[in-house]
Amino acid sequence: MTTATAPLIRRPPTATRFARRPAGRIKRLRERLIETLLFLAAASSIAITAGIVGILFFESLAFFKQVSLVDFLTDRQWTPLFDDAHYGILPLLSGTLVTAGVALAFALPVGTVTAIYLSEYAPHKVREVVKPFLELLSAVPTVVFGYFALLFVTPLLQRIIPGLPGFNMLSAGLVMGVMIIPYVSSISEDAMKAVPMHIREASYAVGATRFQTSVRVIVPSAMSGISSAYVLGFSRAIGETMVVAIAAGMQPNFTWNPTEPAATITAYIVQVALGDLPHGTIGYQTIFAAGLTLMLMTLAFNIAGYFLRKRYREIY
Amino acid sequence: MTSTTDIKAIIRRHRTRDAAFAVLGMVCLLVCIATLMALLVDLAIDGVGRLSPGFLTSFPSRFPGKAGILSAWVGTILVMLVTALAAVPLGVAAGIYLEEYARKNWLTTIIEINIANLAGVPSIVYGLMALGLFVYQFHLGQSILTAGLTLALLILPIVIIATRESIRAIPGSIREAAYALGATKWQAIKHHVLPYSTGGILTGVIIGLSRAIGESAPLITIGALTFIAFLPPAPVQRTFPFVNFDWLASPFTVMPIQLFNWVSRPQQAFHLNAAAAGLVLMAMTLAMNGIAIYVRYHSRKRIKW
Repeated sequence: MTTATAPLIRRPPTATRFARRPAGRIKRLRERLIETLLFLAAASSIAITAGIVGILFFESLAFFKQVSLVDFLTDRQWTPLFDDAHYGILPLLSGTLVTAGVALAFALPVGTVTAIYLSEYAPHKVREVVKPFLELLSAVPTVVFGYFALLFVTPLLQRIIPGLPGFNMLSAGLVMGVMIIPYVSSISEDAMKAVPMHIREASYAVGATRFQTSVRVIVPSAMSGISSAYVLGFSRAIGETMVVAIAAGMQPNFTWNPTEPAATITAYIVQVALGDLPHGTIGYQTIFAAGLTLMLMTLAFNIAGYFLRKRYREIY
Repeated sequence: MTSTTDIKAIIRRHRTRDAAFAVLGMVCLLVCIATLMALLVDLAIDGVGRLSPGFLTSFPSRFPGKAGILSAWVGTILVMLVTALAAVPLGVAAGIYLEEYARKNWLTTIIEINIANLAGVPSIVYGLMALGLFVYQFHLGQSILTAGLTLALLILPIVIIATRESIRAIPGSIREAAYALGATKWQAIKHHVLPYSTGGILTGVIIGLSRAIGESAPLITIGALTFIAFLPPAPVQRTFPFVNFDWLASPFTVMPIQLFNWVSRPQQAFHLNAAAAGLVLMAMTLAMNGIAIYVRYHSRKRIKW
């Protein structure tokens, strides 16, 4: 008898089976369909990356069929649109690095000090008042910063440095620096806030001042987060377009002197895009080769940042 | 042996350094705020004289005194419309998947790393991608549609991250209560998770759009024109079917591009126009940020777990 009843018990009662099945199947199908659609939306982000990498590589490949990589990396002139065409990325690279260097030399110290002040020193009320201003600073459109650099900061600098040209990398870099301070300071501040209170208290208990605690305890503990703030700052500085296109000029110029005008990689792309270059010509392909260079620089720094973060990661 | 006076001297020295650093911190903050103020005041002094109803209702012109931003602000609104319609469904759906459905496997990990990296890609690279893909592969032209989609991809990571954060803030007990009443996973999300996280998602969307509204580099890269003296076809019409999608294929300009065009001209009179356009653009950005702060504040106040 037991062998006959066992399979019966395993099956659900027939009434519920009949009542549930038709509606249940549609429901399950619909659930599966929705999950698939949502998955496709999430996976589309990979398609975007594939699109970016694919287009940059595809067009750059066509470019490097006509220009050798050695010329690209060693030629000291970038004149792709002239009759005597030279395709050396160095002038654009120097422009990009000098403007980014000026910006970071200003933004990293000021941003870090601001972050330490906001996290360790500032009374609650000061923070409440100041933070919206910093958010506002990061919301200003970059063309407006460009306007400010060209028509306010440059004339100001010309009074201090006589003979400063109307387009120069110094003013573009400084304004770009102000622009990225909020990013650097807000991420660094979050990292410092995340350091547990007892670590701070231990430092105060042995008689350290706020300054000693900040510099010797909080900053080293938060180094992982601070380094990702720096990497983000660097990415923004080399990828920024409008400020340098407006205030640093559009002439490629192989120089390390920030008081000279020079085009950056991004400014060159803008300059070409403003003209009317036919699709498929080498001039058109240069902007993709330039874009690829920019992308690889950002990537290299992000990877470096990843290892920095790993190196400094603190586990409490 | 260090005497008491030595120790006092050490303490005094450290106190002085401490105070000096506090002053340094305040100076740094003041530098930021002063720059912001200088920027706003400079813009206002230069631009306020050009602000008039005529400035908003005129097309750009060779004569700086007659030029206006009509085509620019109309273009900005239409491009933002496309951006929002593309980025919001895609970003929210991706956020829901990653937060509610995704299993912990290599594919999910790749998607997550990828989104974090996309947020750091320079905006001009999105423009290059759009130029190669949308303009020359899909033949969408240098149109409002291309521009809107480009900016949508640019702000997609912002929307996804905002969606995930606001969904994560909803306690698991809410979902369990829905399941206990027989709801399926999607029913729980549709009737409970999404409505409760709308405030946070909306805040993220507005922040994303306020970033997109000031972007010009990717749009210049896809070949947006800087001189547009006409309006795109109207989206609504009097005859059947009352809506018209021709505007999607229309050439366009947007506020930041118009500003860039004016600021890069040598004549000073155009610079005044640029300042006035900058004021309008700042007002648009500030209004959007203000709305975001309002929405965030109210959605937090209303719901208590």
